[in-house]
Amino acid sequence: MFDEAYPVHAFVARNETIQLMVNGEKQLFSGEPEMPLLWYLRDILGLTGSKFGCGVGLCGACTVHINGQATRSCVTAMRDTAGKEVTTVEGLEKNGLHPVQKAWMQINVPQCGYCQVGQIMQAAALLNSKKNPPDHEIDEAMSGNICRCGTYQRIRAAIKAAAGEMA
Amino acid sequence: MSSIENVSRRRFLTGGVIAAGALVLGVRYYHKLSSCDKLPHDTNADHATLHPSVYLGIDPDGTVWIVASRSEMGTTSRTTLPLVVADELDADWKRVKIEQAIGDSRYGDQNTDGSHSIRSFYDAMRVAGATARFMLIQAAAKEWGVPPAGCETDLHVVVHRSTNRKAGYGELASAAAKFPVPRKEELKLKPKSAWRYIGKGEVSYDLEALVTGKAIYGMDARADGMVYASVERPPVLGGKVKSYDDKEPLKVAGVSQTIPIDPFQQAPGFQPLGGVAVIADNTWAAFQGRKKLNISWDNGPNETYNSDSYKNELRATSHNPCKVVRNIGDADAEFAKGGKILEADYYVPLLAHAAMEPLVALAEFKDGKATLWAPTQNPQGAQDIVAKELGIPKEDVICHVTLLGGGFGRKSKPDYVAEAAVLSKKMGRPVKVVWTREDDVKFDYYNAVASMYMKAAVGANGKPTAWLQRSVFPPIPSIFDVNAVYGDPAHLQQGWTDIPYDLPNLRVENGPAKAHVRIGWLRSVANIYHAFGIQCFTDELAHAAGRDPLDYLLDLIGQPRTIDFKGVEYPNYGASMEAYPWDTGRLRHVTELVAEKSGWGKRKHGKGTGVGIAAHKSFLTYVATVVEVEVNDQGEVRVPRVDTALDAGLVVNPEATRAQFEGAAVFGTSVVRSGEITATKGVIDQSNFQDYPVARINEVPNQTNVYIVDSDAPPAGVGEPGVPPFIAAFCNAIFAATGKRVRDLPITKLGLS
Repeated sequence: MFDEAYPVHAFVARNETIQLMVNGEKQLFSGEPEMPLLWYLRDILGLTGSKFGCGVGLCGACTVHINGQATRSCVTAMRDTAGKEVTTVEGLEKNGLHPVQKAWMQINVPQCGYCQVGQIMQAAALLNSKKNPPDHEIDEAMSGNICRCGTYQRIRAAIKAAAGEMA
Repeated sequence: MSSIENVSRRRFLTGGVIAAGALVLGVRYYHKLSSCDKLPHDTNADHATLHPSVYLGIDPDGTVWIVASRSEMGTTSRTTLPLVVADELDADWKRVKIEQAIGDSRYGDQNTDGSHSIRSFYDAMRVAGATARFMLIQAAAKEWGVPPAGCETDLHVVVHRSTNRKAGYGELASAAAKFPVPRKEELKLKPKSAWRYIGKGEVSYDLEALVTGKAIYGMDARADGMVYASVERPPVLGGKVKSYDDKEPLKVAGVSQTIPIDPFQQAPGFQPLGGVAVIADNTWAAFQGRKKLNISWDNGPNETYNSDSYKNELRATSHNPCKVVRNIGDADAEFAKGGKILEADYYVPLLAHAAMEPLVALAEFKDGKATLWAPTQNPQGAQDIVAKELGIPKEDVICHVTLLGGGFGRKSKPDYVAEAAVLSKKMGRPVKVVWTREDDVKFDYYNAVASMYMKAAVGANGKPTAWLQRSVFPPIPSIFDVNAVYGDPAHLQQGWTDIPYDLPNLRVENGPAKAHVRIGWLRSVANIYHAFGIQCFTDELAHAAGRDPLDYLLDLIGQPRTIDFKGVEYPNYGASMEAYPWDTGRLRHVTELVAEKSGWGKRKHGKGTGVGIAAHKSFLTYVATVVEVEVNDQGEVRVPRVDTALDAGLVVNPEATRAQFEGAAVFGTSVVRSGEITATKGVIDQSNFQDYPVARINEVPNQTNVYIVDSDAPPAGVGEPGVPPFIAAFCNAIFAATGKRVRDLPITKLGLS
């Protein structure tokens, strides 16, 4: 288990190397500990699936999983990722497509697609914690994720389809 | 030449063959930058064995390359137009590879705005496909020694049925290429009965790439040696840097330097706004350094602009006679008779685009030439402004078009691309300019704030005997000419001069308004405020007359006829009046259709619930929408159901069209619930989604039903026309549910949420 090998640090001093797991691979980070995880993933690791949308945790485009929990990577400082397991869309499913991704294709959810990775990461975390969420729980869990193209009706349908698939 | 770093592509290549969209995009970038033996404008189609059109090429292995020359921002035009080529070619869609065009005038107009990709390119796509099919048939006929007339095509093959012979497109490509490219007149287009894809549609070519994060947007573009820039722009339009201090920014780890950018000259156009750029080795460091800049500004004359007092000025202007832009009969004479008169003022504030992908562009200036990678709706416009800013010929500007994380009109204005190019020239290395969300909200080209004054004299049955409407809004041409104050015909036609009612006395006017911020196209543009004014005032008149709003609306639309625009400057969205006449019968039909489908007048509505209706034509498409709302005692508004019917002529991709109208209801929801940009002393008050909220999943219509009229009329637009009637129908439903008339958007002003 990752946590045993790399105990969580409550505080990481400047320039102290941060160790974390990203999509199952160990990574070392020795830059500015206040840097948000999003920019580490995008600019340094080159994992561009997670998107920049607002920078303040209001739109959900940057959503990743940290220890399985849906988290806004744009407001998560690198210092707070020490010893954690980060999963991005690139590591969501090792073999082929995740059931949520399949449902997204089946329902033809995306328009421009820019927010959809964040939506999918949020939905995947929701369905990991709740097998068959009713509408109001879907709305509650997904209300932090903005889609400006307006695909919400299909997002709801796709989550239900994925829930059926995962049940 | 440098090679682009494209992690997603590498990942894709090990991942299988399904995400072809990402592959093609990736290959193209890689190929363009790593290979010196081809010109930068070359496509795979150009180098295919059979290449009868700039849009199309066929390789000996049967691969069909189709060039998408329009930008993809979510409307699926990157898929739908190639689908038309594939249909006319009788190609197997699974063997089609789509590649994105760079900005290049050989593709014709590429500015992906105005909901006209299908309308303007449908014929060209059919001709491209038919041309290749013609040549493939010629080649097969020669090979078999039979007349071409006896040959036909089936899926990706030419067949000669009487001798039971067939040959694949790939094997025929080389022989076909030896034939001359036929003239358009020689081609025989497929009859509708033989269509494979047109009218049936297809999901996005990029669908899997979109759900796996492999799709490449402008935000994801990378180049070797690239640095990141964040720009502090003048907070007031037209402001200039007096002086600045960059000691603190330079202390931020990763920040290398700061660079001033010149302010725009004369009118803003698509020039950079100016300011100071902070350069760093990652995006976040650039953002952090920028926060520490200390800049002294000269704000200039727009410092006096306050949106509150500006609203009053617009309204005052609209209460006095303005420029007449259409007239029938004598409305004033009728008003003077002293019958029953109704008046109302309607107001829509400035609106921001807020596409999910903030503005971003990557530019590399090298050896006197500029290469751009941008999520742009307007690559040729980007070439123009970059050439001008850098003082180089347009041909020396190569603009690659990435996927767009939303556009809604903002990304047809390439000021952000010019910023990157200017910085790259100053630095001599690739620069990626990344806008924050705050930049995106504060430095938009806003949809115009507009005030509409409506007046009607009504007769015994409540029907207007005279109708006067005045709109006042700062016009879009003001970005090119600061003295432009009147609406131009291209925007007055948007639901204003073309009011479709059968009225004996009608006067349409427009008043002057000077712009103090940049005004620009936003999804549906002037139709938003014009439809709001006309369709809500119509509802007011219906209620005042004690009549059913649907019956009243149909009464005003009148009997089917073609509107005569004699004496009116009416551009008809650039289409001919012969091919696209203004047919009130079609508007009437969608209105009746949506009434029937929504169960208008048949469903019971209890306390706090109601339905509203509106009909509006824009971008040559006829739409009518019914919205159902529930409002609780706390003033919280829910939308259980939306029904919308549309007649867009021939619809190539019904699935994508439904998605556009579902999305239009969400976009319109944002306008009604919360859309408002304001300014104090010339500075925009809003900054991010906390003060410029857009609709979330718990706030949008629960169910939007879309009904597409089956039509053989030439294709019209589908990206924008859904928004205007939705907004008006929503507001009319709120009145039905609460008795509160929405005249000022957003509805927070009525204490609703």
